[in-house]
Amino acid sequence: MSGQDPIAAFRVEAGELLGDIEQALLDLSHDLTSRDLVDSVFRGLHTLKGSGAMFGFDALAGFTHHCETAFDRVRKGQVPATEELVAVILSAMDHMQALVDGDGSGLEATGDEILGRLHQAIGAADASVDAAPATAASAAHPASAPAAQGWRIAFRLPTDCMTTGTNPLMLLDELRSLGDARITAQTDQIPSLDELDASQCHLGWQVELRGDVSRADIEDVFIFVMDDMTLEIEPMECAAPEAETPAAAEIVPEGEPAAIAPVTAEASTGDTPRNAKANPAKVQESVRVPAERLDVLMDRVGELVIVQSRLAQLSHQGVRGPAGELALRSVAEDIERLASELRDTMMVLRMVPVASLFGRFRRLVHDLARETGKTIELSTQGESTEVDKTVIERLADPMVHLIRNACDHGLELPEERVAAGKPEAGHVTLSAHQAGGEVLITIRDDGRGINRERVRAKAEAQGLIEPGAQISDSELLQMIFHPGFSTAAQVTNLSGRGVGMDVVKRTIESLRGTIDITSNPGEGSTVVLRIPLTLAIIEGLLVRVGEGRYVIPLAVVEECIELSLEEDMRSRGRSFITLRDRLVPFIRLREMFATGTRPDPHQKIVVITTGGERVGLVVDQIIGSHQTVIKSMSPLHRDVATFAGATILGDGSVALILDAVQLVAFGQEQEERLRAAG
Amino acid sequence: MTASILTVDDSSSLRMAIRIALNGAGYDVSEAVDGLDGLNKAKAAKFDMIIADLNMPNMNGLEMIREIRKLPIQLGTPIIFLTTESDEAMKQEARAAGATGWLVKPFVPDQLLRIAAKVLGR
Repeated sequence: MSGQDPIAAFRVEAGELLGDIEQALLDLSHDLTSRDLVDSVFRGLHTLKGSGAMFGFDALAGFTHHCETAFDRVRKGQVPATEELVAVILSAMDHMQALVDGDGSGLEATGDEILGRLHQAIGAADASVDAAPATAASAAHPASAPAAQGWRIAFRLPTDCMTTGTNPLMLLDELRSLGDARITAQTDQIPSLDELDASQCHLGWQVELRGDVSRADIEDVFIFVMDDMTLEIEPMECAAPEAETPAAAEIVPEGEPAAIAPVTAEASTGDTPRNAKANPAKVQESVRVPAERLDVLMDRVGELVIVQSRLAQLSHQGVRGPAGELALRSVAEDIERLASELRDTMMVLRMVPVASLFGRFRRLVHDLARETGKTIELSTQGESTEVDKTVIERLADPMVHLIRNACDHGLELPEERVAAGKPEAGHVTLSAHQAGGEVLITIRDDGRGINRERVRAKAEAQGLIEPGAQISDSELLQMIFHPGFSTAAQVTNLSGRGVGMDVVKRTIESLRGTIDITSNPGEGSTVVLRIPLTLAIIEGLLVRVGEGRYVIPLAVVEECIELSLEEDMRSRGRSFITLRDRLVPFIRLREMFATGTRPDPHQKIVVITTGGERVGLVVDQIIGSHQTVIKSMSPLHRDVATFAGATILGDGSVALILDAVQLVAFGQEQEERLRAAG
Repeated sequence: MTASILTVDDSSSLRMAIRIALNGAGYDVSEAVDGLDGLNKAKAAKFDMIIADLNMPNMNGLEMIREIRKLPIQLGTPIIFLTTESDEAMKQEARAAGATGWLVKPFVPDQLLRIAAKVLGR
C-alpha cells in the first residue's frame, strides 16, 4: 500500500479538516455563542495552516493564517462570532480546498476578495463590540490598534549564495511565514544567456511584508547571509491595507521601470466560487479502511494459502479412491467458501458511510436557504449506512439536483407555509437504509408537492401525452423524467440550469439503480433512490435462450413460472399472461435475440420488476443462480440497450447481462402498442 | 521524502544528541567521526544538509568544508557548522570556506531543528 506520499496524505487530511471545520461552522451559525465550536474551528484552521506550511502549501498556509487570526480574536473574546463572519469563512473553505487541490496559482484574486470581506466582517464585528460596552473598556484596550503595519524589504544575495547552500526560496518562504508577503523579483541584473551561470544568483527581491513583525524578525531570516548581502528594511506606512491589496502587481518603485517581473498578479477577478469542483483531476483515489477490516481480509488470505497448499499436495499425490475424491471435494468447498468470504470482505473494504455524502448537503441547504429566503431545516437519518465509494461519488450530483428541487420548487416561502397552516420552517429529510443488496436513499420535503395540473399541461404542450388522455398518477409523475421537462414557472437561479430530472434518472440508472417519486399535493414530495450496494459483483440468475446464456440480476427477479407449450401457442401474438389477476406483458427473448432455434418444450417466464412495473422474459431454461462479476461492454457494444454488461462463466464462455430497466421499458412500450392497437 | 543529514563530529555524545533530535523530527541521519570520514561520506552520497564541527582530528572542519565545496555531488548542499563560542573570526573563516550557517554550542534540540527547518525549508 502506498502511504508514502505526505503531500497526498496531506491532501486527504486537509479535505477532512475542511469538512470538520465546515460542520463546526454550520453548527456555529445556529449557536453563535458556543465557545466549543469557536475553539474547534480555530483548532482546525490552526492545524490546517500548520500542516499546510509543513508540506509546502504556502498559499494555503498564508490564506488560512488570516482566517485563523480572525477566529483567534473571536476565541479571545475580542470580537463576537457573527453570521457574516461564519458566512465569509464558509466561502473561504472553498478557496482553501482549491489551494489544497492546486498550486494556488491564479487564485490570488479570489483569496484577496475573501480576505477583504473577512476584514469587513471582523471590522463590523469590531464596531459592534466597541459600540456596546462602556468607552472606558475600549480606552483600556488599544490592543485592537495598530492595523497591521508592514515593512518594505529590498535585498540582493551574494551571487555565489546558492553554491554555499543558501536557497533564496527558503528565505522568501521564511518571510512569507512572518506575515502577508507580496514579493516581486528584480530581474534587471540577470546577464545575457551566454554569460549565465546556472549556479549563480542574479535576482534581487522586493518584499512588502504586512503583519505584526519586528525588524529583528526580518533580520533573523537573513542571519546567515547578512554580512555579504545588501538588505534594506524600511517601515511601510499604510493606513488601509485592504485598499491597497488588489493593486498588488503595480508596486513598481520609481527608477526601476520595466525590469520588475510581477511574480504575484493575474487571476480573473470575481466569480470562481467553486474552483474545487472545476478540478476533477483527483490525483489518486484513496479509501480509508478500518484496520479491523484489513485483519479480517488477512485472515481469509491466510486460510486461502493453507487451502492452496492442501490442493497442491492433493494434485501431487493424485486423487485415488473415494478418500481422495472426498479430500478433493472438501478442498473445493473450502475454496468456494473462502472465495465468497473474500468477495464479501473485499466489498466491505470499499464501503464508506453515506454520512460523508450527506455531510456535503448541509452546506448546500444552508446556501439555498440564504439564496431563496426560506427557512430550511435539514435532517438526516441512517448516516451510518454504507455504500460503495464509487457509488457515493456518482450519487453526489443527482442528489444535489434533487435537494435543489426540493428546496427551490418544493418548499414554500415562510408566509405561504404559515398561511397553509404549516410550520414556518420547511423541512428536508435525507435518509438512507439498507434493504438486501440495495441501499434506499430517500429525499423528502414537506413542501407544496408536485402540481399535477402543471405537469399535465406541460406534458400536453410537449406532446408527451394526448390532450385529455387518461393516465395514472404515477405515469403522470414519471413525465418529469422526460428530457427537457421542467415545470418551474420561472427558471430560478437555483434549479433549471439545464440539468434536468432526466439526467438524474440516467445517472441513477447507470448505477443500476432506480428512482421513484411520490407526491401529495400540499404535503410534499418523496424521492426514493434504490442503489445497489456495489457495482462490481451481483447475484445473477443464469438462463439459457437458444444456445446463448444470459444473466438476469437476481435483485430484479420476482418469480419464475412455467410457460407450457399450449399456453405459448394460445398467447401467440398477445404476449400477455395473467398473473394473480394482473396482466403482465412478456417478451420472448428467443425472438428478440433472433436465435433461430426451436423453443424448448418447457419454456420458463422470469418475471422481473423495476420501479413497480413488471415484465416477463421468456427463456428456454433456467440454469441457476450465479455469482456474476460484471465486466463492462466494449465501446462498440456499449450502446446496445438491452445489455448492461457481460460476465465470464466458469467454463470460460461469455454470458451477457440483461439490463432489467431497459427490458421493462421495452415491455411497457409493447404493452402500450398492443393496447393502442386494440 | 525525508531529508538526509550528515553529522560530522568527533564527540560521540554530541553526535548522539544531534541524531536523536533529528530522528525525532523525522530526518534521516548519517554520522561521520571526523573531517576525513565526513569528506569520504560526502563523496559517496548526496545529503540535503551537513552539520559539522570545526575542531576535529584528521581533518578539521574548515578544511573539510572547503573540500566538500569542490564536490559536484554536494553542489549547493547547506553546511551548518558548530562553534563553541560565537567567535566572529571563526565565523568569517567558515563562511569564506563555503559554509551556509552556524549553530552555537551549547544548543537545545529546538534550536537545531529550527536551523534545519530554516535551511531545508520544512
